[in-house]
Amino acid sequence: MSKEWPLWEVFIRGQHGLNHRHVGSLHAPDAEIALLNARDVYTRRNEGVSIWVVKSSDITASAPSDKGPLFDPSNAKVYRHPTFFEVPEEVGHM
Amino acid sequence: MYAQMVQAEGMKAPEEMDERERAFQARIDAGEKIEPKEWMPEGYRKTLIRQISQHAHSEIVGQLPEGNWITRAPTLERKQILLAKVQDEAGHGLYLYCAAETLGVSRDELNAQLLSGKAKYSSIFNYPTLNWADIGAVGWLVDGAAIMNQVALQRTSYGPYARAMVRICKEESFHQRQGYTIMMKMAFGTPAQKRMAQDALNRFWYPSLMMFGPSDKDSVHSAQSMAWKIKINTNDELRQKFVDQTVPQAKYLGLTIPDADLAWNEEKGGYDFSEPDWSEFYAVLKGNGPCNAERMAARQKAWDDGAWYRDGLMANAEKRAERRFAAMPIAAE
Repeated sequence: MSKEWPLWEVFIRGQHGLNHRHVGSLHAPDAEIALLNARDVYTRRNEGVSIWVVKSSDITASAPSDKGPLFDPSNAKVYRHPTFFEVPEEVGHM
Repeated sequence: MYAQMVQAEGMKAPEEMDERERAFQARIDAGEKIEPKEWMPEGYRKTLIRQISQHAHSEIVGQLPEGNWITRAPTLERKQILLAKVQDEAGHGLYLYCAAETLGVSRDELNAQLLSGKAKYSSIFNYPTLNWADIGAVGWLVDGAAIMNQVALQRTSYGPYARAMVRICKEESFHQRQGYTIMMKMAFGTPAQKRMAQDALNRFWYPSLMMFGPSDKDSVHSAQSMAWKIKINTNDELRQKFVDQTVPQAKYLGLTIPDADLAWNEEKGGYDFSEPDWSEFYAVLKGNGPCNAERMAARQKAWDDGAWYRDGLMANAEKRAERRFAAMPIAAE
């Protein structure tokens, strides 16, 4: 029984100055071929200036059930947003 | 439509649902996207795998009727364009396979299901492409019919599927336009070319209408899929939209839709048209279309002939990884 090629996640920088963004995944035997395949599968229309590939098994993701414990606390900290503070009109733009 | 007659699993009325299932349905009703690792009903997962993989298989098998004409395209430019289109179809298949894999099924399993005949692909790809005009008709009609469904599916509830659809739709309108320009060239060419264009339309019209599948307005499977937002419109709605869009395009070409009963219906604001022969549709789905055996043989051959390549590259990657590991300094010493 032959082995399936591992899965890779593909990240592409669309333009200079932007972050790499996750665009999808693909199968490849190693990183070099993953890059080549990513070029063929995800940049056929000039979508990128740079590609990252990462083995899917090397990504650690937060669990959906952790959404509350992880993100709810920051909801309560409204003072982290500038609109929390009222500045008198006379002070002008701040 | 590239997914036909997908049977929904685990249908439940709201009163039969447990707390989790009700909360899940509420998220979908609120327009939220469901993401891979989140809890989902088993029926939703299974139905999606069936639908997305059928869609992916259709993209891959769909390369065959067009690939048939790459080496015989009339000009170098047309050859390059067709090559790019067929390459896109491979890409679309890959986006969709990856979306299906996020639901916990492996690529090899999906492929095995196609080769064993357990998974289906669209009936349309079991018809032959006999001449160059057919390549025009396929782009114009087959891709045109597929777009009807795919545009709506960009709003589907499963995140990876919706995102794959967004990519696909961006690329798909090139496909339809390249087909239509082939039809224009033929229809406005010599009388012999025009006859070929008409002949291609005659042969592809009803199989294109079949792509949407039989009427499902009373189907419980369809109702469940619509509640889950993995199906957005009924088959009849999409078919009507396709006919209304295509008739004026045929008129511009000076070609005749092969349907004596085709007539504008002012009241419904759409065309009345004849249904395709559904017994032919079921026969093709069962494996008795003109090209079913040829298509499956081509996929099986590609899989078998590629085995040494897949295994060879994997063995090489493993060997190189081992060497890198052996060359690493041992930190514990």
